[in-house]
Amino acid sequence: MHLKNIKLNQFKNYKQERAVFSKEINCFLGMNGSGKTNLLDAIHYLCFTRSAFNSIDSQNILHYESFFTIAGEFDREGKDLELRCIFEAGKKKQLVLAGKAYEKMSDHIGQFPVVMIAPDDIQLIKGGSEDRRKFVDSMLSQLDRNYLQSLVRYQHFLKQRNALLKQFAEGGRFDKELLEPYNIELISLSKVISQKRLEFIENFSPKLEHHYRVISDSKEAVSVGYESHCEPEGFEKVFRDSLHRDLALKRTNKGIHRDDFAFEIDGFPLKKYGSQGQQKSYLIALKLSQFQVLEEGMGVKPILLLDDIFDKLDDARIEKMVSLVADHQFGQLFITDARPERSKQILASIDSEKAFFRIDNGTIRAED
Amino acid sequence: MNFPSKLIEDAVSEISRLPGIGKKTALRLTLHILKQPESFSQSLTAAISKLRTEIDYCKKCHNIADQEICSICLGTRRDRSTICVVEDIPDVLAIENTSQYNGLYHVLGGVISPIQGIGPEELKIDSLLNRIDEQLGSEPVQEVILALSATMEGDTTSFFITRKLKEKGIKVSTIARGIPIGGELEYTDEVTLGRSILTRVNYNLE
Repeated sequence: MHLKNIKLNQFKNYKQERAVFSKEINCFLGMNGSGKTNLLDAIHYLCFTRSAFNSIDSQNILHYESFFTIAGEFDREGKDLELRCIFEAGKKKQLVLAGKAYEKMSDHIGQFPVVMIAPDDIQLIKGGSEDRRKFVDSMLSQLDRNYLQSLVRYQHFLKQRNALLKQFAEGGRFDKELLEPYNIELISLSKVISQKRLEFIENFSPKLEHHYRVISDSKEAVSVGYESHCEPEGFEKVFRDSLHRDLALKRTNKGIHRDDFAFEIDGFPLKKYGSQGQQKSYLIALKLSQFQVLEEGMGVKPILLLDDIFDKLDDARIEKMVSLVADHQFGQLFITDARPERSKQILASIDSEKAFFRIDNGTIRAED
Repeated sequence: MNFPSKLIEDAVSEISRLPGIGKKTALRLTLHILKQPESFSQSLTAAISKLRTEIDYCKKCHNIADQEICSICLGTRRDRSTICVVEDIPDVLAIENTSQYNGLYHVLGGVISPIQGIGPEELKIDSLLNRIDEQLGSEPVQEVILALSATMEGDTTSFFITRKLKEKGIKVSTIARGIPIGGELEYTDEVTLGRSILTRVNYNLE
């Protein structure tokens, strides 16, 4: 699967631009603020129905305008498919595939898989557990519809139970039987979800280890562990024993909404003990594993978007990354870089088809 | 919208408070009423006022009633050993129209949803339990059918009521969920279809 071309209309800092892409490597070169990342984001919009950076659609319209459209032609298994994303301020966003608008945006997710590596991703390591749950949930939801279903139900029941705990505290009363329906649902859904998360991580961790070794060429052992108090055996007791705490704190303290994924290096938390370089390598290994998981699950190579990644990596790691690319491990690739000479030099040794684009203040110009 | 008359404006603003009626429709209705003979508006307002002052809710099942007890609860041919629990009054009408049910009803007035501040006290759940106790001596209830919405709130409420009823040793059933009659498989949503597969029933040749 690859994106053949794109047409932008009033999207971010682009007034009206178009570009024809290579099916292998595409490199966007230009100064800071010229619009390189915005172009990646437009591709992200087509594949994932929303921005990778700003979830408020109206803020992605060109200043002083009222709508944007992004249109792109994909080649999927030899078939041309036109995809169009239209957003007008104050109206519902529309996504049109081959002339037909989607009723539900979520139906599109997973059809054109995409993985983005961006400087912001470091939050995944440094931020709270919510970021990591989102990362895992987004992969699992794309691969398993039932997982998404269970997760949505879980979140709904959790909200109801917390509202009830709050009412108990405010009204100074307690009704055990009224709490029970929520307990039962949350306990059984927690077991289902945690089982799936556990299986997922068991499959994911070796992939991570492999990619880390390739990128960093180092001896450290890395892993990702699943931290949860929702083991099928005994979880019910854990959940029920927490009742007093739940009542005191007016919220549910045990369950899969408190799960975390432990990123570790040599058995220690990466967040605290990993060097900057180790964290970066880990992050890229995470994303490459995500790439692999999606590829295996969906049977197509996702589009890979690399934002400013050369800036963040040392030469040795860049070389490794490039060797993976040269090895044709990836499908279509989009890279941004503020230093044209560097990218050209790095990519020169690779025999893949390459296209370079000069991005300047909201214009795209293909270089020969 | 500007109106030539304050009287019309008042009428429009009142009528447009009804569900599903906007300002334009309200104006059309107002002008229609004006064109009719005076007797029409008199009988219309009389019917509405009378409805509001004289309508009653059944003391037993909380359905709408003309007297203290509704016509269904009073019905002599009704099977008094079965009670069908529903969320609201339109649900009673819907089930009555199927002609497949001959028992009694119980209207809860909603479903449990702590987010919206609706607990069992706001609903007629205690009243259901009392009613079952009261009937115990004369015409004991054998079965309670839960016919609540297939939503998470409906399920929670069903669960809560079932627990309460189990203590009394009464059979509790819930209406089946699945593919609509005359519906095609490929157009059925995944969740419903998945559930129909899981809760499939034996094929009966008779």
